Parts: sequence; structure tokens; C-alpha cells
Amino acid sequence: MHGRDLFSFRRVGAFLLRHLYVLKRSWPRLLELAYWPFVQMILWGFITTFLVQNSNWVAQASGVLISAVLLWDVLFRANLGVSVTFLEEMWARNLGQLFVSPLRAYELVAALWLMSCIRTVISVLPAAFLAVPLFGVSVFALGPVLAALFANLLLFGCSVGLAIAALVLRFGLGAESLAWVAVFALAPLSGVYYPVSVLPDWLMPIALALPSVHVFEGMRAVLFENAQRWDLAGLAFALNLVYGLASTLFFLRMVRVARMRGLLLQQGE
Amino acid sequence: MSRLTPVQPADAIVAERLVKRFGALTAVDGISFMVRTGSTTGLLGGNGAGKTTTLSMLLGIVLPSSGSVHILGTDMVKRRYDVLQRMNFSSPYVDLPRRLSVAENLTVYGWLYGVSDLKRRIRLLAEDLQLTAFLDRPTGDLSAGQRTRVALAKALLNDPDVLLLDEPTASLDPDTADWVRGYIETFRDRVNATILIASHNMAEVERLCDEVLMLRDGRIVDRGAPQELIGRYGRRTLEEVFLDVARNRRVAVQAAGS
Repeated sequence: MHGRDLFSFRRVGAFLLRHLYVLKRSWPRLLELAYWPFVQMILWGFITTFLVQNSNWVAQASGVLISAVLLWDVLFRANLGVSVTFLEEMWARNLGQLFVSPLRAYELVAALWLMSCIRTVISVLPAAFLAVPLFGVSVFALGPVLAALFANLLLFGCSVGLAIAALVLRFGLGAESLAWVAVFALAPLSGVYYPVSVLPDWLMPIALALPSVHVFEGMRAVLFENAQRWDLAGLAFALNLVYGLASTLFFLRMVRVARMRGLLLQQGE
Repeated sequence: MSRLTPVQPADAIVAERLVKRFGALTAVDGISFMVRTGSTTGLLGGNGAGKTTTLSMLLGIVLPSSGSVHILGTDMVKRRYDVLQRMNFSSPYVDLPRRLSVAENLTVYGWLYGVSDLKRRIRLLAEDLQLTAFLDRPTGDLSAGQRTRVALAKALLNDPDVLLLDEPTASLDPDTADWVRGYIETFRDRVNATILIASHNMAEVERLCDEVLMLRDGRIVDRGAPQELIGRYGRRTLEEVFLDVARNRRVAVQAAGS
């Protein structure tokens, strides 16, 4: 019997199919996904154009700000990809149907992460391509390490999104605004637009515990020193394993709490 | 749907000393019951009697504070994934995604339940439940009655051995409701399914159920076949029995009869 399978790609695929149907039926949703990354890229493109003439630091690597904003959007969109996909189930009052189906909670986690990857690529790729003709900046010029940086931000964003989804499951839709705002608490610590060395000493240990710090340091290493810092990508990946495991365990724990408190049939607007 | 000689114990549903507390509130207070394989049982009770909490514990989405639930011989607290594929349910407390068309919703749930020959199954269910004309329409655009039929189609997709229905004919006009009840009867007889229905509709329970469990304040206060209960309470309809139970008049009835 399939229901006894410990992991079923078919069930994960069913969840993906449900959300791909939503995207397919709504071109405004697709447009919305790509809209903010595009606007951000335009804004930071003009800021870069200005700063290149007025800042030695930016002039050394003119793509640093646009690359940073595009990579930050990977983190932000990956977070939203998980949390909003989960929220859509709550808004649709579909959570109860899912949890009485044979879909296992950890299959739901895998499906949320995969859906987040799809949404993030749809979000960020158009802006990344358009930055080339508009501002002469190609994030792809970061070279092969770009794939590792991208994957690390994707993983970290998914972990953050999953933790938020767990909180929304526990505390209800009153906590949904966390999906949009929580990740911004990481921005000052992640050294998105500046080297992490500018942070005060007492913040450094916290910052260095974030995978995103090592990703943005890796990005600057490519742009300023032309160095492919695989060590930083590896460190970020190791940290991501910890965050991924922790967020998954936290989500599974919150599912159990929701079952104890009878929350799964009550969720919805 | 692949039906590989499923194990069919004599009692498809066994609940023993089931308790559910939410803080200081005891929603279900030590109920025990069994539902014979292939039979239909009704859970009757007023609002807050514990019907939905009981159904939720049977489905495994609410964990009991104490007691046990076995469905088709499987412990629903510890091993519910072994049996969820052979179960299904429908409830007005949950929806199907409204932006998806009827066919898309049924396809998604068909995949989740591992239904084989899915397109044919959806076509047949749509014909049976008179949904063919709506298959390509967004589920949210349908009337409440049409959505109830879609929810029933989803609940029957996998030909479940155990079907839990919460208010299955809510929002349906009397004609359609009667037709749906007939369809549920046909389904039960075809699959030898075990059905548990929580309902406020006494005519529905009287027609469909072999046995009725009367719930009040989280406890089973009486049980029996519909006609047996009607006779025992000296009433003409199950609705009158329900009112006796809901208003705690059993003692008075017995006293008057003794």
C-alpha cells in the first residue's frame, strides 16, 4: 500500500501540482512574484550608477550593490515561498483536508521547500537577466560559486519560512505578518550591503552563526578580489544543515502541538 | 484505486475510553464504542456535544488526552499513516482550494490518495454526483450545494473502507439531499464501507444509520438502532428522541413509563 510508504514523491508532487495550478490560473500572481525583485533591481541600479561616480568602494566593484540586492531577494523570496505557500493552505481552509490525507508532515515540508525553489526562481531570474542590458551588471559573472551562494540563500530562506509557518500553525493567522517582516531582522546582521567587519564586536558571533553572512562575504570576495571562496560556501552549507534540521523539527513539533490542541480543523480566515 | 485484499476486522472502528480535554474543558469524556464493518453509525448531539472532536480523534488530527482509537485494526495515534489511504472524510469545517477547478482539486487529491486510473475515476464520480458540467469551473464559483457534492466526490475518490462524514447534506436542498443520501447508501453497499455520520438531520440519520450514538456533554448518553431508540423513549420520531436527550429528559421519560 502506498500509504505505508515512508516517503512518496507522488504525494509531494500532488502538493506541488496544487500550487502550480494556482500559478497557472493567475498571471497576476506570476507578475507579482517577479515585480518586487525587478523594482528593487531598478532602484539599486540607479543608486549604483550614482555611487560609482562618488564612492571609491563601489567603483571598485560596480556590481556589488545590484548583486547584493538580487541575492538578498533570493533569501527573502525563499522565505516567502515556504511561508506564503503554507499560508495559502490556511487561507483556503484546506489544512484539515491535507492532514487527514496520507500526506505525511515531513512530505509537506519537502513539498514546501520545493515549491519555494520554484517560486524563488520565477521571482529572481527575470530581474537577474534584465540587470545585464539595463545596468551592465551580470550576477552570473560571479562564476561557478554563484550556484553555491544561491543554493545556500535558498536553503536559509526556506528554514526561516518553515519556522514562521510553524509559528502561524501554532498561533493562527494573527501571526501571518511575520512571513513578511521577520526575515528583515536578519538583514543588518547578514552584511548584505557592507562587510560584516563593520558590525560591533558583540554582534559578530551572532552574525557569523548566520549562513547569509558567509554568502555575502563570498559574493564580495568574487567582486573585489576575484576569489571563488568555496570555503565560505561550505561553511554556509554546514550552518544551513543545522538550521534546516532545526526548522524541520520545530515545524513537526508544532504540528503535534496543533494536533494536541485541536487546531488543524479550525484554521482559516 | 488498488484494493489489495484489505484487512477487514469485524469492527472497523473501535474507540475505547476516549477522552479529550482542552484546558479546563472536557470536550469528550470517556466514550467507548465500536462500529461494525460495513455498517453505518450516526453521532447525534447538540452543538458542543463532542461530535466533531470525536470525528477528529478518529481521523488522527486531534490527539486524545487518554484512551485509544483503532481503525481497521490500526492504532490511530501511533500508526495512522498505515490506514489513512483507506479512509476519507468530508466536513463543512474544511474546504477545498476555491481557486482550483473541480477537476484540478480532484486530481490533486487523487494523487494524494494514490488513486489509479484517476481520469476515469473522476469522470465516473462527476457523472454520479452530477458534477460533469462543473468540472472546469473554479470550485469557489459553485453554489454551496454544488461544493458539498464536490467535497463528497473528494471523500469518495479512493473508495474508502472507512468514511467519516460531518453534516454531509448541509446546505443542500431537500431533493438533492435525498439524492445524496441515496448515493451514500449505494456506495456503502457497493464497497461494504463503514460509515460514521455526525449530523443534526434526524431524517438522514434515521434513513442511513444502523446504530445511533447519542452524545451530550462529551458522553454517550444512549445508543441503539433508530427504531429501537424511538420505541424506548416512547416517541414517534428520532427528532423527538434527540430533543429528550439534548434537554436531559430521559429520566423523566423513564420515570413516566415506570
